[in-house]
Amino acid sequence: MKALSQKRRHPFAFVALLLLGLLVTGGLYAAATTVNQAQASNTPDGFSSEQVDEGERLFVANCASCHGMNAEGSDAGPSLVGVGAASVEFQVGTGRMPMQMSGPQAQQKPPQFNEEQTTQLAAYVASLGAGPGIPDDEWLDVDEGDPARGGELFRINCAMCHNAAGAGGALTEGKYAPSLHGVDEVHIYTAMTTGPQNMPVFNDANIPPEDKRDIIAFLKTYEQQGSPGGFSLGFLGPVSEGLLIWTLGLALLIGSMVWLTSRSS
Amino acid sequence: MSASKEKYTEAQYLEAIEYQPKTGTGKIANYVDTRVGGTSIVREFGRKVFPDHWTFMFGEVALYSFIITVISGAFLTFWFDPSMATTRYSGSYAPLQGLEMSMAYATSLELSFDVRGGLFMRQLHHWGALMFVLAMSVHMIRVFFTGAFRKPRELNWVVGATLLVLGLAAGFTGYSLPDEVLSGNGLRIIDGMLKAIPVVGTYISFFLFGGEFPGNEVIPRLYALHIFVIPALLLILIAVHLFLVVMHKHTQYPGPGRTQRNVVGYPIGPVYAAKAGGFFFIVLGVLSLLAGTFQINALWNYGPYDPSPVQAGTQPDWYIGWFDGVLRIMPGFIGNIPLEFVLPTPWGGNSVATPVLVPMIPITVLLLGVFVWPWLETWITGDKREHHLLDRPRNAPTRTAFGVAMVVWYLVMWGAASSDLMATHFALSLNDVIYWLRAAFFLGPIIAYLLTKRICLALQRKDREVALHGHEAGVIEVSADGEFHEQHKLPNEHELWTLVSYEAPAPSGPRPNAKGKITAVEKVRARLNRIWFEDRVEPVSREEYLEAIGHHGESPAGLEAAQSRQAITSGAPADSR
Repeated sequence: MKALSQKRRHPFAFVALLLLGLLVTGGLYAAATTVNQAQASNTPDGFSSEQVDEGERLFVANCASCHGMNAEGSDAGPSLVGVGAASVEFQVGTGRMPMQMSGPQAQQKPPQFNEEQTTQLAAYVASLGAGPGIPDDEWLDVDEGDPARGGELFRINCAMCHNAAGAGGALTEGKYAPSLHGVDEVHIYTAMTTGPQNMPVFNDANIPPEDKRDIIAFLKTYEQQGSPGGFSLGFLGPVSEGLLIWTLGLALLIGSMVWLTSRSS
Repeated sequence: MSASKEKYTEAQYLEAIEYQPKTGTGKIANYVDTRVGGTSIVREFGRKVFPDHWTFMFGEVALYSFIITVISGAFLTFWFDPSMATTRYSGSYAPLQGLEMSMAYATSLELSFDVRGGLFMRQLHHWGALMFVLAMSVHMIRVFFTGAFRKPRELNWVVGATLLVLGLAAGFTGYSLPDEVLSGNGLRIIDGMLKAIPVVGTYISFFLFGGEFPGNEVIPRLYALHIFVIPALLLILIAVHLFLVVMHKHTQYPGPGRTQRNVVGYPIGPVYAAKAGGFFFIVLGVLSLLAGTFQINALWNYGPYDPSPVQAGTQPDWYIGWFDGVLRIMPGFIGNIPLEFVLPTPWGGNSVATPVLVPMIPITVLLLGVFVWPWLETWITGDKREHHLLDRPRNAPTRTAFGVAMVVWYLVMWGAASSDLMATHFALSLNDVIYWLRAAFFLGPIIAYLLTKRICLALQRKDREVALHGHEAGVIEVSADGEFHEQHKLPNEHELWTLVSYEAPAPSGPRPNAKGKITAVEKVRARLNRIWFEDRVEPVSREEYLEAIGHHGESPAGLEAAQSRQAITSGAPADSR
């Protein structure tokens, strides 16, 4: 210790410290990014070249007007190079793409492509560059998940926008977090890995696939249990309760008041 | 009471002592009467006359909701444990299985899922609480707009306003007890408001929470307030409120035979008591219907309290909504200038949290305004007489307009608490909703005042028109010489009474004080008095009425005769006066 404190004013001490700092941060960064990549590419791109070709045809016919002939992007839509098959599965599978109209964010609608076509489009987009893939079935199996742990993760990571009961909530400038009731497992998963619209990306370093499965298990358990106390009033909390007491509650009582006092006069 | 003033002969005393009841009911009645003097109680209260009108029953709803809330709350205390000690949940609700949480939350969940009827009672308690504050609010609005707070009832108005504030406190302390994320966020806002108070704020917050938020003390303390201190105060003040109602006698709407010196209605016994008793069960029925069919405060959704998560759709119960809403519409920045600033002090500077302090101003103004209103109005109008007859809201245009303006102001603040849900459910931009609410906060009350005043004056003119010329019957007649005119049906004497029996005094102008000087305060009063009375529609006078009758081509055969006529065909077109 004494030797170290004596040498701390050595002319090269600063250089040594700088080198050490760079080495540590660089090393940590390298370690962190490999963790991300290793986890993110855990789904093999098992697409055939036929699917890619078919997907390209569909893409040129339906998507290229905004995303460009080679998916390089334009003023009307972003580049799709590197967004991965998961993005296509979410955006096209939930009907958000092709987009119905421009606005603060893409609206959900009945999907325009069937499952086969969606896979073909996903194959094409995945062929453009590496990106998050479609999750294996094991990560979507809610029976394997732990709903209690998923609930805790949900409240910490998701409830601030999606509401504690997954009923959705408002964001700025007309954007919103949609309701999560009735959303397919694969779409919940791919939304987390790709971060569509205004949602942040929850990659496998943030929330490992096991935890994603727990969150899906929580949402599905929640959906199944319904509302134990009667009509849920949209799971919106005190506002819808206040509205009900001021409308139905007050109306029922005023009705009986008028009835009670009408007899005498 | 009145019996003690009368003189009895010896024979009458003997007769009373030797009285032997014959029927079973008589025996019970006599037993009670000879021991606690039931006769005088029944004589005093049973003969008390109450006027019948549906708007007079909101206070009753509040009372019954309070009773229902107390009873269901007592049930909840058997299981609820207001402790912040941690435990691991092992009840029957799967999505929280094995999580660490406070005893308060764990026992709330136990009540909801593992106690038979517990969820129903919890929901009944919560719906009852919402109805309690709602009924008090509507009751207060009714009293305000009918002028029932005027002399001699000013102090009872203050008692009522205190009850309302206590109701808010009772509701908020109860809302905070289950210790889940929703209520914890509510407490965090209260903590923030307390800490925003300059100099003493941090101390108050630390005293309340027993250290830094959230601490381990606040739930037991709120529990003591919720189940003991506040309900006790509520009970005492409810007793005072009802005692004063009995003492003052109930007000009544103007109508034939109703004067400042009588009360027209039914005695409590037996008709009114039966109605009131039945009404309790109607209120219980309505609240039970809600509790049984509509889920309220699904506290299992929110998870155990943890200061880090905040959830979309976090709102207080409706009656605290306006506190939340006014905080939501207050900007933190204007352009690039932050509204929060640091006040330089010798010890390094104190932060002044203007965006939290400024929203407290409208809340304080509105609450204080409620308390002082009866004296404020008396001061402006100079009316120091007793009033037992109510105003129809249109006949006090300025008060009604001012009241509506304040209601609108409250509604804007209240509505702002649901700004996020307005945005999602009406597909609006949250930012735009906030901008509109900010505009409505300032413009809403002004527009409401002007509109309401015009509507009141228009309704008064309509009343004049009906009193003088009758209702348009919708029948057009052609006379022999080809003249068209519409039949008018004159109001009957009951309706006429209601239409013409009100006052509309002229502005009184400044009055000099004892030294003959007009003070600056008196000038302000005179100015307000002018605003209060200058737009006015005078009630129909006897002369005007007789002239109108004569004008219609009829012989003025006396007011009474004219009034009693059910229908009169006007001899002139409706617009000639």
